[in-house]
Amino acid sequence: MLLIPCPWCGARAQTEFGYGGDASVGRPPDPQQLSREAWLDYVYLRDNPRGPHLEWWYHAAGCRRWFRVRRDTLTHEVLVSAPPGEAIEDGSP
Amino acid sequence: MVAGYRRVWRSRIVLYIFRLFCAAGVRVRYSVFSLARNALGYHRGWSRAWRSPEPRPRYDVIIIGGGGHGLATAYYLAKNHGITNVAVVEKGWLGGGNTGRNTTIVRSNYMLEANAHFYEHSLKLWEGLSQDLNFNVMFSQRGVINLAHSDPQLDAFNRRGNAMRLNGIDAVLLSREDVARRVPLLDCSPTARFPIMGGLLQPRGGVARHDAVAWGFARAADAHGVDIIQNCEVTGIRREGARVVGVETTRGVIGAGKIGIVVAGNSSRLAAMADVRLPIESHVLQAMVTEPLKPVLDTVVTSGATHLYISQTDKGEILMGGDLDGYNSYAQRGNLPLIEHVVAGAVSLFPFLSRLRMMRTWGGVMDMTMDGSPIIGKLPVEGLYMNGGWCYGGFKATPGSGWVFADTIAHDRPHPLNESFTLERFNTGYLLDEKGAGATPGAH
Repeated sequence: MLLIPCPWCGARAQTEFGYGGDASVGRPPDPQQLSREAWLDYVYLRDNPRGPHLEWWYHAAGCRRWFRVRRDTLTHEVLVSAPPGEAIEDGSP
Repeated sequence: MVAGYRRVWRSRIVLYIFRLFCAAGVRVRYSVFSLARNALGYHRGWSRAWRSPEPRPRYDVIIIGGGGHGLATAYYLAKNHGITNVAVVEKGWLGGGNTGRNTTIVRSNYMLEANAHFYEHSLKLWEGLSQDLNFNVMFSQRGVINLAHSDPQLDAFNRRGNAMRLNGIDAVLLSREDVARRVPLLDCSPTARFPIMGGLLQPRGGVARHDAVAWGFARAADAHGVDIIQNCEVTGIRREGARVVGVETTRGVIGAGKIGIVVAGNSSRLAAMADVRLPIESHVLQAMVTEPLKPVLDTVVTSGATHLYISQTDKGEILMGGDLDGYNSYAQRGNLPLIEHVVAGAVSLFPFLSRLRMMRTWGGVMDMTMDGSPIIGKLPVEGLYMNGGWCYGGFKATPGSGWVFADTIAHDRPHPLNESFTLERFNTGYLLDEKGAGATPGAH
């Protein structure tokens, strides 16, 4: 069982959460001006790292807020979490 | 007295000659005669099924990944295209990845045109595979039943079944009574948590022994001269200009004219070695078996209600799998909530399972693509090819995937059966989204 640290509710069991995927992908600021290659990059292409991964989680059975977690995809170790918009300072790559 | 001595000596000489024959490493063709011959030597004389050669400095083609798909590719390169200067490099042991971790289901019950033709081609290869490889892959066409739990779902199955039949694939729509007759231990009562409204059966679907598939392809490829190099991890892909020229491995640099990436779980990492980004996320999927039972389930049953696929192995275990754990992972292990979810679904459909003990659970890493379909074709680097992103449906495709990928490598262009499975489809928009889940890899 993963313990996911919700920034507002603390560490809770993974069954309370939904997963939102790669949080390093930012929505393009001006979608109308985006080239096809840039769309391809935004919608489909992922770094898919084997190691620390910044990702969205959603506390569905709790405060119902979205936040970001940096988690190691090889060891499942949770490194740090932060609310949206706040900088993540954890020293990990 | 003398006759008795003579008999003893004769049998000893026969045994001696036989052991000499085996020790010399002569490749024995598997048959009832070789079995009987080896029985005389107490089965101590079987020769190795494939060699373990040192890597040569250069090969025409290097296949990265010694799973079913990679070995099948090497086999068909040699058999169909006469390209035998081939190496399969594997970081661990043959079939130690997802080839040995799947739930062994084989089927071709797809609706989309490109999927239907490709998987049906693969199923036809399965039907002659044991004979072709001279290795019993224990392919058992015991049928695959998709359960319908609502009228709309049965309508959807009707549509898919018709699409399959128009493409020449066998499909039978089952009523609730048909399902109850075929799967007597399934709870088909009106009070069931997930009521059974009917099902879609593919009679030619079934299961195969997954390890035997890897071993059979390895032995057959080796017999054609393919070098299978285990414990050899690729750490880099060498390029000169726009072209690949070889791989860096834990056993040194090996030159190559062409390179095929055929790995599961690590496609993104291999492609990144050639500066290619893929529309893939790696996720962990678990499977599990109960203690062995007498035969109780003689077909494969799948249900979309809680997402479950279940069958009984030849050893008697009830084999189950379900959804992904749901988050990016390169760990070949998952977590308990998903196991509980799979088992809860299984017990609601098959109440008798509640008395059984769980024997083993395990996990494998799936390369989940953004549309749920694999990528089989050229990568945007000269001489570099990829066969991966099988999500969690790769086992059934093993022979077909090797067959089309060998053709793609040999002719440097996709075969008509895999020209819809290119990487470019994500750029052009011609996606193959069988489930219609969109760009959410964890949902396919």
